[in-house]
Amino acid sequence: MRRYVTTRRLDRAFLELYRIYSFIIRFFKEAFLPPYEFKEIIKQCYEVGVRSLPLISVTGFIIGIVFTNQSRPSLSEFGATSWLPSLISIAIVRALAPLVTAIIAAGRVGSSIGAELGSMKVTEQIDAMEVSGTNPFNFLVVSRVLATTLMIPALMIYTMFVALMGAYVNVHQHELTSLTTYFGQVFSAISFLDIFSSLIKSFIFGFTVGMVGCYKGYYSSKGTEGVGKAANSAVVTAMFLVFIEELLAMQIINAIRAM
Amino acid sequence: MHKETPKINYTDKVIEIKGLTKSFDENDILRGVDLDLYRGENLVVLGRSGTGKSVLIKIISGLLRADEGIVNVLGQNVSKLTPKELQQLRLKLGFSFQNSALYDSMTVAENLEFPLVRHQTNLTRRDINRIIDVVLDAVGLAQSRDQMPSELSGGQRKRIGIARTLILKPEIMLYDEPTAGLDPITSIEINKLINEVQRRFKTSSIIITHDLTCARSVGDRLVMLLDGQFQRQGTFEEVFDTDDERVQSFYNYNFID
Ligand SMILES: Nc1ncnc2c1ncn2[C@@H]1O[C@H](COP(=O)(O)OP(=O)(O)OP(=O)(O)O)[C@@H](O)[C@H]1O
Ligand SMILES: [Mg+2]
Repeated sequence: MRRYVTTRRLDRAFLELYRIYSFIIRFFKEAFLPPYEFKEIIKQCYEVGVRSLPLISVTGFIIGIVFTNQSRPSLSEFGATSWLPSLISIAIVRALAPLVTAIIAAGRVGSSIGAELGSMKVTEQIDAMEVSGTNPFNFLVVSRVLATTLMIPALMIYTMFVALMGAYVNVHQHELTSLTTYFGQVFSAISFLDIFSSLIKSFIFGFTVGMVGCYKGYYSSKGTEGVGKAANSAVVTAMFLVFIEELLAMQIINAIRAM
Repeated sequence: MHKETPKINYTDKVIEIKGLTKSFDENDILRGVDLDLYRGENLVVLGRSGTGKSVLIKIISGLLRADEGIVNVLGQNVSKLTPKELQQLRLKLGFSFQNSALYDSMTVAENLEFPLVRHQTNLTRRDINRIIDVVLDAVGLAQSRDQMPSELSGGQRKRIGIARTLILKPEIMLYDEPTAGLDPITSIEINKLINEVQRRFKTSSIIITHDLTCARSVGDRLVMLLDGQFQRQGTFEEVFDTDDERVQSFYNYNFID
């Protein structure tokens, strides 16, 4: 009996893996073939990008201030507070901005995609699109995944800027550094590779957040609790994957740097 | 109450089902269903909750897959179609969902044009508006054009759901419990609408219901799903002319309130 249960679990796990695999393949097939749902893509880009701005602005700015403030004591022990801008800019550009943006997007956008598609699934709206001979995958999934994949990198650049400004406010207050000196130090500390790799990372994070949200919603179980579960597990799974990807990306980029 | 006799062509089967079975896990829902739908006919499918009525029409429309058996719709075997062919076939099917399934992020007009603009890409804005007006008029809801589904009553949602399927001029209509959850007067209006659609759009329909008033006023022929098979069929009077207790209780309980 016990054995039966385990093999059944295993079957389920493989089935799930296969479903995820076909979901991703289907995305690439339909994203590059017509018809394109331009109107829906634009709408979703607006939804993801513009609607996230307030939260991202506040969070990014505060992270800039707090991180600078907390780094100061260790540097001042060596009398090296003049290194603050370079230290902070590296942290922000290489890790903080992409991660913070992705986490906020997972929480705000991933959950709402999961809940929206989940409730459309539960109330048979997705079935209704299907039986009217239209393609719900193209309309719902492709548009949303494209929107997160395109907008999260853009948001990330914005987060970088806002966080650097937050850091500047703190540095200016304590060290009386001027804006030009500050940004001079910032840009001499970071390289093209830093920004480029963060952008690539953000594309991947954006794809992950959109894909996970859509997948969880599209295959949410019936019933109202299915919608909640879809939204919740969209956030948890997306965050988990984003951290794993960050870890992998760090290894790869370090290897590139060492070359 | 009684409808005028429609033109039914008993030599032309638009749906033909033979030996259809379907189970979920260990749960046998359909156990050898045979069913024919003739052109121009309103066929009522009766059955208690959970007997698999919705499953049946979901199989007909290709939303679910049959385990065994043959399901022919307009001469095509549904389970053998490629996704493209299935999509083409679905244009000739109208599916009115049990809970209406309106797209709740879109207005009524946007709901209606959703399938239309994706299939007839050469239409101008003016054509689209005209077609929307025609179907809204057919279901008697011209004034609801710009409302959101959440602002509509249950009966209005049902009508818009039906309008959304009519917009592609289907040959076959599948109604899943069109009168469930509606008051008797609204139900009667929906029944009239179903008969009106049959006459005006020349559709063949399967109407799933456990509302006997609806069954009597729209059905040209009735079948009853019992234990996963169609066990009674005929006119309303024929179906209930039996000593079978399950059929009798189905009849009796419908009129106790
Ligand atoms: N996708 C599914 N997965 C698993 N079980 C299902 C699925 N769809 C339906 N069932 C099961 O099949 C049975 C029949 O469901 P169906 O929705 O066809 O009932 P019904 O006859 O339409 O009832 P009602 O009158 O309440 O709508 C139910 O027991 C249901 O639990
Ligand atoms: Mg049902």
